[in-house]
Amino acid sequence: MRRSTLSAWAFVHKWTSLICTLFLLMLCVTGLPLIFHDEIDEALNTQTWRPAHPEGPLLDYDAILARALHNRPGEVPLFMSFDIDRPVVNVTTGPRPDAAAGEMHFASFDHTSGELVAPSNGDGGLMDFLLQLHTDMFLGLPGMLLLGAMGVLFILAVISGIVLYAPFMRKLDFGTLRTTRSARLAWLDHHNLLGVVTVAWVLVVGFTGVINTLATPILDYWKADQLADLTAQHQGGTIAPGQFTSVHAAIAAAEAAAPGMTLQFVAFPGGAFSTDAHIAVFLHGRTPLTEHLITPVLVDAQSGRVVGLREMPWYAKALSLSQPLHFGDYGGLPLKILWTLLDLLTIFVLVSGLYLWLARSRGDARSDVLDALANGDGAK
Amino acid sequence: MKPKPGSGRSIAAIFAMPTLLACLSLAGLIAALVGNDIWDVLSWFALAGPVAIVIWAILARRR
Repeated sequence: MRRSTLSAWAFVHKWTSLICTLFLLMLCVTGLPLIFHDEIDEALNTQTWRPAHPEGPLLDYDAILARALHNRPGEVPLFMSFDIDRPVVNVTTGPRPDAAAGEMHFASFDHTSGELVAPSNGDGGLMDFLLQLHTDMFLGLPGMLLLGAMGVLFILAVISGIVLYAPFMRKLDFGTLRTTRSARLAWLDHHNLLGVVTVAWVLVVGFTGVINTLATPILDYWKADQLADLTAQHQGGTIAPGQFTSVHAAIAAAEAAAPGMTLQFVAFPGGAFSTDAHIAVFLHGRTPLTEHLITPVLVDAQSGRVVGLREMPWYAKALSLSQPLHFGDYGGLPLKILWTLLDLLTIFVLVSGLYLWLARSRGDARSDVLDALANGDGAK
Repeated sequence: MKPKPGSGRSIAAIFAMPTLLACLSLAGLIAALVGNDIWDVLSWFALAGPVAIVIWAILARRR
């Protein structure tokens, strides 16, 4: 490669890295505990909950819904969701079908007895704090998009780093760590080795992280485009709350229409995820790959008949598959531990990169790459 | 590609190990996604590759 080309890559590497490094350090550090989100929540939650009848039959969803509405007189049902690892049904109610998030009331019920389940006392909000810092730095959508832009710069830094790896390694065997000559060479060799071995992982986590920062626009577009399309075909007037068909029957009909899928979420008529005349039932697949892929089934709220079903469009699938690949929570505890180690290696690459810049030789017009070339390492 | 005398290692030689590790990592990332049990175990071994190489280099490649 020509010297001018290399120095252009060096320029890209230096500036993309410098701009994104502090953000990436924050993301790597807050990401560490988030890998173990479930384990930490479980360890800090002092309440142990057991179903009233562990082996007993499950209640009808209508009975759970009646219980929830009885506790909240005058309210209407908005959503129903289902815990994955315990027989718990969550019901969200509100004063009106289009109630704002702040007016909603969330309650959990034992699926075997209908009794209220106390909310988890959790970690006092520590994990939520870290998650929000990691997601948007408490800046909402602009914060998410800013972190997405930093992710793009980071990807460019990694790619330029791969290009720059070559001139440094002309005279060195893979894995060589020159630790005795100078501190700078030792940091440089560690930076290059750790950077190059983590390349694939870091690109996947970085790229899926960038996709996750686009979650809000992607979901908004999905709702506006496909769900609106599906619901527009089946407008059928407004149904007053209380005149719905059995939600239990609606769920059963939806499950029959999408065999082999697991129930995830129910949206009642009038809310943001349904129409005025339909109950929307959201189901997902059962393998690690498909459990993130959601199929909405629209059920007529009066007749209880399935009127439509639509798979996620590709962009919503891409978002859904980006989540496990970013969080590393899809392959058991050993995968989480490996995620931690690779994250730590990445932190080392970031810190050593910063060191190499801070401890750069005077008159930096000649960068390391050019020095490497000048020493004959990459000359013809 | 055979390196010319004095020109150092070829691009292919320089990137042989990094490419192998990248393929191993990607295989690991995908394996845990497509299945459970044996697929998870495969992903652990594959993703342990890059970490093991770093440990190997620190133990055996210092000079």
